[in-house]
Amino acid sequence: MSNVESNQQGRLVRRKKAMAWSFVLMLLAVLVLPMSGYIYQGMSATAQADGATWKNENPRSNFWRSVREGSEGYTANKDVSGVLINSAGQNWRLLRNGPVATLGAIGLFVSLAAIAFFYFKHGQVKIDNGRAGQTVERWTKNERILHWTVASLFIILGITGLSLLYGKAVLIPLLGAEGFAWYADLAKILHNYLGPVFFIAIVILLSAWFKHNIIDKVDIEWFRHKAGVLGKPPHEHASAGRMNAGEKIWFWIIASAGILVCLSGLVMDFPNLGWSHFTMQSANILHSTLALIWVAVAFGHIYIGTAGSEGSLEAMTTGQVDVEWAKQHHDLWYEEVKNSASSSTENK
Amino acid sequence: MARMKFLCDAERCIECNGCVTACKNEHEVPWGVNRRRVVTLNDGEPGEKSISVACMHCTDAPCMAVCPTDVFYTTDDGIVLHDKDKCIGCGYCLYACPFGAPQYPQESSFGARGKMDKCTFCAGGPEEDNSEEELEKYGRNRIAEGKLPLCAEMCSTKALLAGDGDVVSDIYRERVLKRSGRPQTWGWDKAYGKS
Repeated sequence: MSNVESNQQGRLVRRKKAMAWSFVLMLLAVLVLPMSGYIYQGMSATAQADGATWKNENPRSNFWRSVREGSEGYTANKDVSGVLINSAGQNWRLLRNGPVATLGAIGLFVSLAAIAFFYFKHGQVKIDNGRAGQTVERWTKNERILHWTVASLFIILGITGLSLLYGKAVLIPLLGAEGFAWYADLAKILHNYLGPVFFIAIVILLSAWFKHNIIDKVDIEWFRHKAGVLGKPPHEHASAGRMNAGEKIWFWIIASAGILVCLSGLVMDFPNLGWSHFTMQSANILHSTLALIWVAVAFGHIYIGTAGSEGSLEAMTTGQVDVEWAKQHHDLWYEEVKNSASSSTENK
Repeated sequence: MARMKFLCDAERCIECNGCVTACKNEHEVPWGVNRRRVVTLNDGEPGEKSISVACMHCTDAPCMAVCPTDVFYTTDDGIVLHDKDKCIGCGYCLYACPFGAPQYPQESSFGARGKMDKCTFCAGGPEEDNSEEELEKYGRNRIAEGKLPLCAEMCSTKALLAGDGDVVSDIYRERVLKRSGRPQTWGWDKAYGKS
């Protein structure tokens, strides 16, 4: 009986021992197995160090990378590009269809909304003392012809340019694809042919009116008096010479951004001069961005010159402005005109 | 539906320009317009590689995204075609295209671009299949005849493959396995997206 008993006891002990050991082994396995990756990696690292690098490095990888970066190869045909992949196109596409188109539309809308807001809040800026009936000459006939040449070209170029950027979204649903294509073809021709003419007209305008648009101390004061119309009434009077500071800023926007728009436009106008893709893409982005700003500011110029203030438009149509208008908006210039007129009559 | 793709095996292309010639002859494209070109990299040096390239018929085609008159459309086979009647020759598709595919016959004054021309995967244009009009504007429509692009069909070393993307990549994979090199599906990332 005792023999059997001790046998049973021994079996129990052995079983317990086996269980304990297998538990330890399992625990070890749990701890070590996840680290086997490091062992393998360490081995392969030594293998690499053993001088078998050519197996692990693709000798062609640099080659294809440079192709993706746009390196140029040889091609038997002289009419085509030796560049296999031009990745800059994707950047151009994202810039044009993204920020330029979106921010441009927002900018134009904000400009129109600000004008509408000002008009409904303050209405037209009237001639405070009413018309005197007496007029002085503000723009000569040649100056007016120059202004309206530039203005009409600007409007045609603006509408055709905006059509090429936004036509797909706005005009195709209205005119249909065929109808819009017919119009867009005409728009492109007008835009391309009138662009250089516009550039010449702009250069003449800038050089003719440069002397009136040199910024001086009066202009800083003009801003300090909030242009005489902005802010809460009663408005202080803002003195100005022949051109006020607002007009001068408009002049300098044309002289800087406007000239860049014209120059970048000329680049795109002559694709046969062998510009690189990147030059054309950059020219397009510069052209559209600055032109959109130009149009947004032009909305303000057109508003002030027409519905925005009483007696302004006639300066550019008849060339004459009312004396009271001149005293109110350009007092220093009026004084000059008056003095020179009286001195010239005295001389007679 | 098949998704048509081009693949040029750089290990096989021998710069014979047979594809260029085949294309020009098949479609009788005007002088100065080259729908397909062969570019040789590291020309004359050991390990030079040649690639035949044309419109890759991209999945998210940049030309289509920037075209002001919306002339591009994708066929059921994934071929990117365009309607020349609506093209105004602005050149935007050329600015956007990574493969330099769009071509312009310079027919107007001051170097202004004419209507854009590019590889059609031998699938013509929006006109009626194999009509006189289609032939004149876009060249032959081999796809409508149940044939594949002639450039690939005539390739002497079978470097240029054209057809259903799955079949093309199967053929190419088999080649790569046999020659134990690394695969180089040139331009596929750019044209068809990362897969």
